[in-house]
Amino acid sequence: MRVALFVTCLVDGLRPEVGKATVALLERLGVPVEVPLAQSCCGQMHTNSGYADLARPLADAFADAFVGYDYVVSPSGSCAAAVRHQHPRLTDKRVPPVLELSEFLVDVLSREDVGARYPHRVTYHPTCHSLRMLRVGDRPLRLLRHVRELELVALPDADTCCGFGGTFALKNVDVSEAMLADKAAAVLSTGAEVCSAGDTSCLLHIGGGLTKQGTGVRAVHLAEILAST
Amino acid sequence: MTTFLGMPHGTGNLAGGPFPREARKALADDQLRANLGRATATIRAKRAVAVGELPDWEELRAGGAALKDATLARLDEHLLRLEAAVTAAGGVVHWARDAEEANAVVTRLVQAAGADEVVKVKSMVTQEIGLNEALAAAGIAAWETDLAELIVQLGHDKPSHILVPAIHKNRSEIRDIFVREIPSAPRDLIDDPALLAALARAHLREKFLSARVAVSGANFAVAETGTLCVVESEGNGRMCLTLPEVLITVMGIEKLVPTWQDLEVFLQTLPRSSTGERMNPYTSMWTGVTPGDGPQEFHLVLLDNGRTATLADPDGRAALRCIRCSACLNVCPVYERTGGHAYGSVYPGPIGAVLSPQLTGVEDNRTLPFASTLCGACYDVCPVAIDIPTMLVHLRQQVPPPAAERLAMTAIASVMRSPRRYRAALWLGRFLPRRLPPPLSRWTRSRALPQAPRQSFRAWWVRR
Repeated sequence: MRVALFVTCLVDGLRPEVGKATVALLERLGVPVEVPLAQSCCGQMHTNSGYADLARPLADAFADAFVGYDYVVSPSGSCAAAVRHQHPRLTDKRVPPVLELSEFLVDVLSREDVGARYPHRVTYHPTCHSLRMLRVGDRPLRLLRHVRELELVALPDADTCCGFGGTFALKNVDVSEAMLADKAAAVLSTGAEVCSAGDTSCLLHIGGGLTKQGTGVRAVHLAEILAST
Repeated sequence: MTTFLGMPHGTGNLAGGPFPREARKALADDQLRANLGRATATIRAKRAVAVGELPDWEELRAGGAALKDATLARLDEHLLRLEAAVTAAGGVVHWARDAEEANAVVTRLVQAAGADEVVKVKSMVTQEIGLNEALAAAGIAAWETDLAELIVQLGHDKPSHILVPAIHKNRSEIRDIFVREIPSAPRDLIDDPALLAALARAHLREKFLSARVAVSGANFAVAETGTLCVVESEGNGRMCLTLPEVLITVMGIEKLVPTWQDLEVFLQTLPRSSTGERMNPYTSMWTGVTPGDGPQEFHLVLLDNGRTATLADPDGRAALRCIRCSACLNVCPVYERTGGHAYGSVYPGPIGAVLSPQLTGVEDNRTLPFASTLCGACYDVCPVAIDIPTMLVHLRQQVPPPAAERLAMTAIASVMRSPRRYRAALWLGRFLPRRLPPPLSRWTRSRALPQAPRQSFRAWWVRR
């Protein structure tokens, strides 16, 4: 089984720890993962902002970068969804199955217990595109429930968007901030030390808000928790 | 690719100021935020229960979508069948290209009936064309008889929700409006919902009994029989549809279903999606004119107002499936925080963000396609499965971008396409500042940036 990591440009440039954790986790589970260096960005921001013409070559390049693998795994539900749902409209090139991390662990590796230990109180934001485009369901929660010493607390109104929405956060900054304020309040109401999610973009938004407010709650990617021992 | 079919874009109340600016005003209103949060949460929960009861909900959704698509594909034929059936049943059919034509037709009909007032059934389409204002300009008073529409009208306000037009008002605000505007209201009226409703009821009863002309919209029209259908909750619609001598119904051309049997699907999905009820209290159906029973003159005004132009776009036409249930408004995190007025159109929320720009032409409604995070909650609840997020993305491509944004996007795409430039950009990540310059400062004013990493993931990968 040849597995490639689609690390995403955001993780590559801003949160490399998430990529390292994903590699560490997969290797611990016996999956030798490769990182095709021709990869960059899936073009989701361009597509969603109305620049399909600029996204088209990125979709082509994505297909070229990952040709020949059995699976492509990504620590981002949103980017995986962009490839699965948007790329077929942008390019005729076919790509191997692109799976979000929790899908790959639960569906392909049939693992819910990945041998992790994480002694913290954690709440989980399920992220819109993982929930409603990929339909990952409760896979991330099943994985978290098997993490030793982790106390999982339910997030109120979990399936409500955090207000990021790509360029929405800039174009409609006031609405975005109002949504972020409500999400941050929901996180704080749980008393969790850590807010986790399967998407770095949402975590930069929620975590950025939690830090700016000086709450002390940390935003930690699902991969980082699952990689911890 | 769109095809020009010879019909212009829509006119009327379909566009307003830029959404970000209008949204900012709405967000500053704490009372509005509280009212909306409470009201949408209540309807959301009711809908979830009512929909959860049906084991075949997904089939009903798919069926509704397929019925609407098939109807839209042959809309011209069905409309002519409807016209023939309505005419055969004693009604008169009028065709209106846009808001102005429809308003002129209705005004002429009311004047021909010798009336200077009309009672109205709650109707989105007459809000769309601004009928009340057009009638007022001709010296004709239009009385809204739906309780919430009455509140909006008496408050000299605008509806902010498709189904619950006064969702932005709470009961104490409603009390104030009634005391100010209804002559028979006691000064010491308290904000008890039953008392408020009783006062409105007495006020409206006079109008029902005196008005000689009624104006309605329509939820459905059955082409094969020429039957019109209005679903409502208060009985005011039934009053309007039966008491006056003349009934004028204004209907968007997409409201049509081919056969009586098609109603079976929508009469299940509409009430459950909109009010969270298994069945709405009043479903009125009428076919032309029945001698000695009900209105003795019936007019049907078929309105285009941008619908044919919408139909011409294969990637946008599914918006015409909409049955105006407003489930998408109630689940939308953007709508919940801004309310309907920020959208500037009588059609707010997610469906408004895809429908309004298509009816007016995107160039006259540039900010609505961006009034969404693409979270997808709207698509999940839509009873006719309109993929609103994908349609929003499609419409965004038609909005001419600001030059600076286009430049930035082109630069980013160029970086992403070149491994060398991409590596250089990642290397620059270590110089991530604590604050960003405008317009990116909109990000940092409420979100801290992450710690700048010492090396990119790929730099680590290559060296490990």
